[in-house]
Amino acid sequence: MTSAEKITETVAGAVPAADKEGAVIVPYPTAAISRRQLPQAPRVQNIWEERTRAVLSATLPTLLMVLALLTLWQVACGSPDATFPSPLKVWQESHEVIVHPFKGVTFDLAGLHIADQGDVGIAAHIITSLKRVLMGYSIAAVVGVALGILIGQSVTAYRALDPLFQVLRTVPPLAWLPISLAVFQQAQPSTIFLIFITAIWPVILNTAAGVQNIPAAYVNVGKVLQLNPIEYFTKIMLPATVPHMFTGLRIGVGMSWLAIVAAEMVQGGTGIGFFIWDSYNSSLLTDTIVALIWIGLVGFTLDRIVAFIGRRVARAD
Amino acid sequence: MKKRSYLALEDIGVEFSSRKGTFCALDTINLSIEKGEFVALIGHSGCGKSTLLNVVSGLVKPTRGVVFLDDKVVDSPGVDRAVVFQDHSLLPWLTVEENVRLAVDKTTREMSKAERKDWVFHNLDLVKMTHAATKRPGELSGGMKQRVGIARAIAMNPLVLLMDEPFGALDALTRASLQDVVMSIQAQLNNTVLMITHDVDEAVLLADRVVMMTNGPAARIGEDFSVDIPRPRTRLAAMDTAEYAAARHAVVHFLHERYRNPADLAA
Repeated sequence: MTSAEKITETVAGAVPAADKEGAVIVPYPTAAISRRQLPQAPRVQNIWEERTRAVLSATLPTLLMVLALLTLWQVACGSPDATFPSPLKVWQESHEVIVHPFKGVTFDLAGLHIADQGDVGIAAHIITSLKRVLMGYSIAAVVGVALGILIGQSVTAYRALDPLFQVLRTVPPLAWLPISLAVFQQAQPSTIFLIFITAIWPVILNTAAGVQNIPAAYVNVGKVLQLNPIEYFTKIMLPATVPHMFTGLRIGVGMSWLAIVAAEMVQGGTGIGFFIWDSYNSSLLTDTIVALIWIGLVGFTLDRIVAFIGRRVARAD
Repeated sequence: MKKRSYLALEDIGVEFSSRKGTFCALDTINLSIEKGEFVALIGHSGCGKSTLLNVVSGLVKPTRGVVFLDDKVVDSPGVDRAVVFQDHSLLPWLTVEENVRLAVDKTTREMSKAERKDWVFHNLDLVKMTHAATKRPGELSGGMKQRVGIARAIAMNPLVLLMDEPFGALDALTRASLQDVVMSIQAQLNNTVLMITHDVDEAVLLADRVVMMTNGPAARIGEDFSVDIPRPRTRLAAMDTAEYAAARHAVVHFLHERYRNPADLAA
């Protein structure tokens, strides 16, 4: 019997043993100490394994949730007489739409080309819609930031314009459509106007809030250093306002994506909104479901892109 | 006619109008500061010391009276009156070097780019902050930020340096080391300084004159005490002088006997 074994035995017995001289020997609590040791973390083989692990642990809950919802959906709508198609039925009936999204889209050195005539893939509709959003949203971003700075800077301009903006921003995008069509007479410009008028309000109001909330300390620095208006704008106002501005631009991009679908559903021709309307008229509910998923994913991507640009700009300042 | 002082505040009165009526922050203030003099302004919270400093900096317009600096009327903020703000007010999106550079670019039109860069680093060196030139304010401690704030102000070569409770937000030890920085800079440059403080030792140690303000509203200058400790001063040597004790005695008795903190009296 080794001494270590003897000690372990003593601890297990939990009664301190008195040795021959009568002194109580309190044994060294080896067991207690070894219990307190933390389990050794698994050795990381290389950086890629570590990264994969990190990505997995971040995305696994989402993936499992999606899987669970799909299963639930399948179970709930699996019966033949269900009014709503199950995921498997979507896969079968809209197979062509799902696996050939880029039908009618060609890509060469001159850029993207979408076939004018005939049946095009869902990605082609998405690209058409994105082009419209890009135009309307760009105008809304530029005009919105300019107007936001104006009403943020000048109390008079704020009093004059803010009530108008507050009223107009509550008008739903579709309500603008008749006005827009009456003014522009054509589908393309009126769709772009619709996106513009939907996206601009959060950009204006958030930029204005950013300008109004520039800390007094920075304003005073500008005064003491006698910065001229241009220097004040580039050195203090713009960097101080960027976070607010991008909050508005992010909300704006989401709203413009909402507006495009509504607009195209009404005036038709091309675009993802038209695709949904068309599939509804053809009673292809499964196509609508596919389009819905595409819209969601594209909207999510747009939001992330604007957020990413916002972070980069804020850091560059 | 008597010659006007370098920095002269003549009959300054400041009133703010609010819903309850007019609030008189400062009554008739007359203060003369000579070139190269270091004046500390001390008083209880709310006595209007910051308002008085802002009148000199031009950020607040007085209701009555005129401020003269070098015989010219002060009526707006300007680079000839650099301010060290209590909250340092560095721009967080610029590096330390860029923050100082912004002030240098506005005040040294005749310098070349290389000269301006040298001047920025010369001033950062005065406050021992050259090592942090590429850092952003967010990466610095409170004391270091205020060192940069001081560098930015003195880099402007101002006619008068205004300090608004510059060390009020710092802990006692950091405050002491920054006071030493101010003393060594003052020994080299001999600036004209108006500093607001609520720290008796800080006022006595740094200033040639301690100007004590009565409690607001309608605050006035209560006493103007000259601190005759010879310069250049060092903290330990100065504290052992009889002049230090006398000045400290005068200020403490003014603040805690003749014009006690209004908050204590209300209790």
